[in-house]
Amino acid sequence: MTIYNVTGIINFAQGEFAMLGAMVLVSLEPLGLPLPVGVAVAVAAVALMGGLVERLTIHPARRASPVTLIIITIGVDISIRGLALLVWGTDPYAISPFTAGPPLRVAGAIITRQGVWILGTTALVLAFLYVFFEHTYPGKTLRACAINPLSARLSGIRPDRMSLLAFALSAGLGAVAGIVIAPLTLVSYDIGLGLGLRGFVAAIMGGLVNPAGAVVGALLLAVLENLAAGLFRAAYKETVAFLVLFLILFFRPHGIFGGGARGGL
Amino acid sequence: MLEVETLSVAYGAIQALRGVSLSVGEGSIVTLIGANGAGKTTLLRTISGLLRPGSGRIAFDGREITGRAAEDVVRLGISHAPEGRQNFAALTVRDNLLIGAYPVYRRHGKAGVQADQERVFALFPVLRQRERQMAGTLSGGEQQMLAIGRILMARPRLVLLDEPSMGLAPLVVREILKQIRRLPEAGTTVLLVEQNARSALAIADRGYVIETGRVVLAGSADELKRDPRVQAAYLGRATKGPPSKGSGLAITQE
Ligand SMILES: Nc1ncnc2c1ncn2[C@@H]1O[C@H](COP(=O)(O)OP(=O)(O)OP(=O)(O)O)[C@@H](O)[C@H]1O
Ligand SMILES: [Mg+2]
Repeated sequence: MTIYNVTGIINFAQGEFAMLGAMVLVSLEPLGLPLPVGVAVAVAAVALMGGLVERLTIHPARRASPVTLIIITIGVDISIRGLALLVWGTDPYAISPFTAGPPLRVAGAIITRQGVWILGTTALVLAFLYVFFEHTYPGKTLRACAINPLSARLSGIRPDRMSLLAFALSAGLGAVAGIVIAPLTLVSYDIGLGLGLRGFVAAIMGGLVNPAGAVVGALLLAVLENLAAGLFRAAYKETVAFLVLFLILFFRPHGIFGGGARGGL
Repeated sequence: MLEVETLSVAYGAIQALRGVSLSVGEGSIVTLIGANGAGKTTLLRTISGLLRPGSGRIAFDGREITGRAAEDVVRLGISHAPEGRQNFAALTVRDNLLIGAYPVYRRHGKAGVQADQERVFALFPVLRQRERQMAGTLSGGEQQMLAIGRILMARPRLVLLDEPSMGLAPLVVREILKQIRRLPEAGTTVLLVEQNARSALAIADRGYVIETGRVVLAGSADELKRDPRVQAAYLGRATKGPPSKGSGLAITQE
């Protein structure tokens, strides 16, 4: 979303950064690092990869149209998955939950301990994004680029540097997401696709420019998926994201929470 | 300080500038007047690096800057306040000024831009009152003041101002022009584009008249004010009717 706001590109490789985050953490396990250090290293490594991807694929084509660049991100998505297959093979890996123990009961509902970690991390990431964009100079610079690219350039802001920053930031945040959900699912080279799709649908539900809207979109999507699995068959769960995507693109292209007026960028 | 030589610029098949030459001396205010579509905005956009010329050259302080990217031109000391203000609408007035200071801020940090901000507030005190307001919610006059203040934050030695009077009440125009007139004494040279020839010539030292991509007249502001052709076409003393495209003013470039 950060990338979209700054560059107008929808990055279809975003889900792969989540996969990479989890995979790098898996690979670090033999080193026996404490969990927070391992997570920090994995997130930093993936942020670096995000920057590298931008330099190698988006930067050389920066004068191309947004559609071309979006197609490039699809190519990047496929390439990263292919490389991950070569590096890690097809076997799924398991990451143990951050804190062991039985699920918690909260107001009658049952929630796994990792679920609490996910909610807490989501809240932290939102808070981080808020502080970054509202209260730091690089954050304001990125926003300035999104609001008025022309004046941003006339102010001396280099669009390619902002694009690099946006990719690295998004890749790092994607890695955080991949790591925190990894203990709930197994990690294999191909989980990025499903994650990326759901992330994209959630972002669309939120109107594409609004992180908080995307989180609400993600929650709604998850509820819908599990309703479908419960009411019909577990296999239908997978189709829900596609169905929601089509319905929204047909009826509410600006997202279901209104706004999205900045979508032109 | 700024030398533009036989500059030609085209948008695809549309030739917007046809061999424009002009010069701006350090510490002066030079105005470029002309009707809609004459090519004024195109010239400023080419100087500031937003457009690439087909031919001709632009030199600043004797150094050729033709074809340089806009991000670099502002670092050389030329700041451009584009037509229509183009502030960062969803950022506060204060943040607009901080972003305007981008190259300075990156080198000297927040403390380094404090004095520049005070200078802008001294020029346009209303901006201090609006400091925490979103730029998009300002009045037209305040937005124009912000657009000028914003580019001054980059410590330019030359500012390119594109129709600052556009759409503003006469009283507000007078206030803004009064402050533009004070810029040279603080070390900022001005190239002012205007359709409002009367206001522009009132504060300028020299002026150029541009019609359909060509400079058709040049001279001191006083000469231009007295010139019957300028009076007829741009100062509303209609003796020959409104300016028509290519209205045959003799080319009197020195
Ligand atoms: N982006 C563009 N694409 C094609 N033609 C353009 C473009 N911008 C300007 N032109 C054309 O170039 C010519 C000069 O335009 P320019 O905007 O420089 O005029 P101007 O003197 O600034 O006019 P105004 O006083 O209305 O702002 C006009 O004929 C205009 O139609
Ligand atoms: Mg114009």
